[in-house]
Amino acid sequence: MKMTGARILLECLKLEGVDTVFGYPGGTVINIYDELFSFKDIRHILPRHEQAGVHAADGFARATGRVGVAIATSGPGATNTVTGIATAYMDSIPLVVITGQVPTALIGNDAFQEVDIIGITRPCTKHNFLVKDVKDIATIIKKAFFIARTGRPGPVLVDLPKDVQIATAEFHYPDSIELRSYKPTVEGHPKQIEKAVSMLLAAKKPVIYVGGGAISGDAAGELSALATKLHIPVTTTLMGLGAFPEDNPLSLNLLGMHGTYFANMAVTNCDLLVAVGARFDDRVTGKIATFAPHAKIIHMDVDPTSIRKNVRVDLPIVGQVKDVLGRMLKTVEECGDKIAAFHAGIEPWLVEIDGWKKKHPMSYKQTATVIKPQFVIQKLRELSESDAIVATDVGQHQMWTAQFFGFREPRTLLSSGGLGTMGYGLPAAMGAQAAFPNRQVIAVCGDGGFQMNLQEMATLVQNRLPVKIVILNNNFLGMVRQWQELFFDKRYSQTCMELPIDFIKLAEAFGAKGFQATRPDEVEATIKKAFETPGPVIMEFKIAREEKVLPMVPAGASLNEMVLNA
Amino acid sequence: MRHTITVMVENEFGVLSRVAGLFSGRGFNIDSLSVAPTNDETISRMTIVTRGDDQILEQISKQLNKLIDVIKVIDFTDGEAIEREMALIKVTAEESARAEILRIADIFRAKIIDVTTKSFTIEATGAPAKIDAILELLRPLGLKELVRTGPVAIGRGAKAWKG
Repeated sequence: MKMTGARILLECLKLEGVDTVFGYPGGTVINIYDELFSFKDIRHILPRHEQAGVHAADGFARATGRVGVAIATSGPGATNTVTGIATAYMDSIPLVVITGQVPTALIGNDAFQEVDIIGITRPCTKHNFLVKDVKDIATIIKKAFFIARTGRPGPVLVDLPKDVQIATAEFHYPDSIELRSYKPTVEGHPKQIEKAVSMLLAAKKPVIYVGGGAISGDAAGELSALATKLHIPVTTTLMGLGAFPEDNPLSLNLLGMHGTYFANMAVTNCDLLVAVGARFDDRVTGKIATFAPHAKIIHMDVDPTSIRKNVRVDLPIVGQVKDVLGRMLKTVEECGDKIAAFHAGIEPWLVEIDGWKKKHPMSYKQTATVIKPQFVIQKLRELSESDAIVATDVGQHQMWTAQFFGFREPRTLLSSGGLGTMGYGLPAAMGAQAAFPNRQVIAVCGDGGFQMNLQEMATLVQNRLPVKIVILNNNFLGMVRQWQELFFDKRYSQTCMELPIDFIKLAEAFGAKGFQATRPDEVEATIKKAFETPGPVIMEFKIAREEKVLPMVPAGASLNEMVLNA
Repeated sequence: MRHTITVMVENEFGVLSRVAGLFSGRGFNIDSLSVAPTNDETISRMTIVTRGDDQILEQISKQLNKLIDVIKVIDFTDGEAIEREMALIKVTAEESARAEILRIADIFRAKIIDVTTKSFTIEATGAPAKIDAILELLRPLGLKELVRTGPVAIGRGAKAWKG
């Protein structure tokens, strides 16, 4: 049957299993929206800004593991998606972003709302496509989803000129797709896996260092099984939080710039570091020259470019971490007696780590009069449902959430790790809530980041998405202020927000509810009330204004040079 | 260290800018780049001359492979490949120097492809070092204009890369 290009697009999305898209109409996508008007199989959510639409698709993807889909019009609609796309690219999140484009005959003419979005997004997408012929739409959409979700996942942009949407063609959706130039490695090399196991069993001070790849690669089960079988301590990056239960005694929690004392000490002193789907980011390693100086490094990653990009690696294993860990576990299980000897061998190491845990546990000073942000995060954990999803913005509140929430399940923390995008939290929570209408979804924001995308309150209310929003309000751009305090002689240049905002009235203006806590004894009641209130709710906590995120490894310092109390 | 890398890519628009963007975005050097379709018209072949230590070259190779449109990357380290480059060289050719220029061209098996009373245009082909050598000899005689293709490379021996 012949169909318009716009209709073909929707049929393709449906066949890819897409049930929710986040999009914003405009001149060059009006034909898609016209088809959507009578297309019942896809739920369309209208954000109030295209950036938020892409973040919502990203939150949807992180929470579900499926490909998130966003639509925007050409020109400004397309450029507004760029921050969202770059955010997803840095964190390897699978997205397909559809942008409208001016008619093919006008491309290059500086037409109204024309922008070279293919050129603009080339460095921040895994791949992108300009569709020039209606007959190519189906194949390109098939390729876009295939590329987005396989290998190291990432965002793919498809630019669809208006005349291609209007033109008609026979619709045929290919069952599968073969790309001669794209064949991501799935299975780790058996010899390498064997070597990895023997290196592991020879270690006396091993640590497993886990990144977001363990979550996107669905490897949390294999990871936990291997670590608990061998009693190997596990530290995670921000992106890896949730891949290993933080209440497990083997957990060292977060490492890096704001990691725990014991995680950073363990990495600095270990003799074997097993990196699982992590990329040795500068926020994790600190000074490269002194990172894990005594360790042999095993690095498993689906993306070969991650390996030996920043640090030397003794044993690279390219492959899906789920497969690699699974086969390592199998090999380990066949080792019999060696396991007991290994356990005995690492016992002193575990005792040493325990000493570090006791010496400097994660802590903060509670007061009776001022709310400490860490206390709010702990209370949130205590009072929220066990499968609650938490989205954060970027800054101090993000680090406090990472340090004090205690993540236990994969895909329960949605946070912009690589790009560090302020304004991400609220729309990402919106996307997760759209995916899971019956789960508790909490957006933890600072007062700064919240204001970057607060227009999405309207989307939440309109679509009955009951996100519970926590604003840790210190009336500062807190993380930058912390750097100014520590490294710039307290010259708080442009980090004080000055104007106090009435977030309660703001919530009410959108038709939502808002509650405020100003004293520690109000925290629990405020959270409870918010969780009991249907619909979206803002909880504003007036927190200690100059509270810092600690420990802190100053940028460029070694991991063991932590500021513990400043 | 200087490396010559051959990259087989899908012959589609935008591929060149993906490759060039990768080099500029990650701070890799390009000394030269030449590109044209192969015997299989759906595939283009690029020859890129670049520099860097082993770690950088490994990254260049991996990052190129990561581009969706890249089919194959071959890093020809010294000796494994034959490299040829062409140069078109316009030199001042006054009466006194004409014989000398012709002699130099002859020695390098270069061709005169355009002649005026005041100039010669020479077509020279060879390994990049050979082009450097002829230029060195011609420069004192009055080199007016120069265009070089950058080298193309092919592996030695019977083994061949399809396309």
